[in-house]
Amino acid sequence: MSQVTRAKPYLNPYLAGTLLGIVLFLAFFITGSGLGASGGLNRLLVYVQNEVNPQHIDQVAYLLKMAGGNSNPLDSWIVFLTIGTVFGGLISGLLGRRMKFETNKGPQISNGTRWLLAFAGGALMGYGARLARGCTSGQALSGGAVLSVGSWAFMFAVFAGAYALAYFFRKAWN
Amino acid sequence: MANFPLPLADLLGHWGSYAIYAVIGIAFGMTLESAGFGNSKLLAAQFYFKDMRVFKVMFTAIIVAMTLIFLSSALGLLDYNLIWVPPTYLWPGIVGGLIMGVGFIVGGFCPGTSLVGLATGKLDAFVFVLGVLFGIYMFGETVGSFATFFESSNMGRFTLPELFNASYGVVVISIVVAALVLFVLAEKVEAMVNDKPQQRMPGWLKPAAGGLIALAAVVLIIGQPSNEDRWQAVAAESEAKLEERAVQISSAEFIKYRDDSKIKIIPLDVREERYYNQFHLRGAVHVPLDEVQAKARELQFEAANTIFVTISNDEAAATEAWKILKAESVPNIYILEGGINTWLKTYAGESISDEQRVYNRQEDQMAYKFNAATGSRHPAAAPSPHLLDLNYEPKVILELKRAPTSGGCG
Repeated sequence: MSQVTRAKPYLNPYLAGTLLGIVLFLAFFITGSGLGASGGLNRLLVYVQNEVNPQHIDQVAYLLKMAGGNSNPLDSWIVFLTIGTVFGGLISGLLGRRMKFETNKGPQISNGTRWLLAFAGGALMGYGARLARGCTSGQALSGGAVLSVGSWAFMFAVFAGAYALAYFFRKAWN
Repeated sequence: MANFPLPLADLLGHWGSYAIYAVIGIAFGMTLESAGFGNSKLLAAQFYFKDMRVFKVMFTAIIVAMTLIFLSSALGLLDYNLIWVPPTYLWPGIVGGLIMGVGFIVGGFCPGTSLVGLATGKLDAFVFVLGVLFGIYMFGETVGSFATFFESSNMGRFTLPELFNASYGVVVISIVVAALVLFVLAEKVEAMVNDKPQQRMPGWLKPAAGGLIALAAVVLIIGQPSNEDRWQAVAAESEAKLEERAVQISSAEFIKYRDDSKIKIIPLDVREERYYNQFHLRGAVHVPLDEVQAKARELQFEAANTIFVTISNDEAAATEAWKILKAESVPNIYILEGGINTWLKTYAGESISDEQRVYNRQEDQMAYKFNAATGSRHPAAAPSPHLLDLNYEPKVILELKRAPTSGGCG
């Protein structure tokens, strides 16, 4: 796609943050819950697992909560929020002419290396998000705005973890 | 009381309410994408101090949302008790956060941002999402081996104002001011690292920051509603219910739900400890009257099919407790009709002698005297259902819970 040159710039971060804050506020104001992302992915995965091997679901307590017996793991508001998020990204990408098949990375590594790192990082993120009972959106952003102690501790931990290892991964990004 | 959050499932039905979440999701995705969060390189730049966009967007969002939430709560529009505050599991949260931090610098996204990256054709985001699914899968497979740690340091709904023993207003305005100071620093650091003059800020920025501080000051001045304020808002409707005796359930109805596996009943015994020790219903939780309000937070975490029943010797203290919990928006809350005294009169039968009767007692004192602390070992503490006189007027109407029982990550 050649529209790259015509891609609109990203919003001023403070403006984007204000808009995101208003969306977050409205989510709490209307529904009582904040935003999230990992929960939707979690349920999607459990749905697939349940199709492939339902006995396994019924043996693991953690999975049982979401898909035990006849309950459908996709029958949850968080799944619809997640689907909405993908569509929202698509709409905004189209409006900003930023749709492009590409791999973002530093110039010193190959696409293959980047994908490997993306998979490994994703796996860590997924694992950590379940352990922390939430991801950057559900815990840090949503829990932070409603002043949960655990969410603030979590937020500092995420930044600490990333800054601590940033030096060792500088080649991947710079 | 506050009309928000809305009981969406009541208003729009099960699937209708999901449409609202989808719309919120779309708005969420649009803001994330237009903030530049679909681009992993831009996200990672945060950790080399080159572009502190992640910090700026995230903290702007937090202070804006936080100020609006506590402002609408102060104005009585929003019920903070019905807002999902992620429960604090301190150590699993910190360890999980550290792992995610590493994942962030290795993978370049977080779960939410990878979704908008995926939506705009970023191949690294696509691979990242596969990684996330794999990580979640591995968690499900391994959590059994460290279940104790996963459930450890559970502090429930625990907020910063409670931690610092400060008012919500003080905490809100402190965070707003701290964030604004950090933004100024972030701009300086960026300029230094990139060796460029500081970027010119748009003209609306300073007035907007001033406006936010002003709103936070309003939150500070008005303060959050007290239990008394909250009661005033529901008093008319609730007093009428008390008057009509619509919420005082008979012991027979209590026992019916006690034995119903679909319903969880939690008896809250609000009497003095000495009474509780002498005799209480099996399964009754002892919550002295002055601790009832603090207990409300915990009760909000119970499943939607839970009924709470306040109990005192007669009904006076139980009614007080009922009012406190009603004001704190605890759902499905009832009073045991006639209290312990009526209960004992109905079920104690021959297990209690005439000598144990107390004459000339005052309101809400125990009508029987126990020589030993029988607690719930007394036969009348858990009478069997066939003793029941089944002619009672059913009063329990299970209300759909308005407060969400899971957050965005459940």
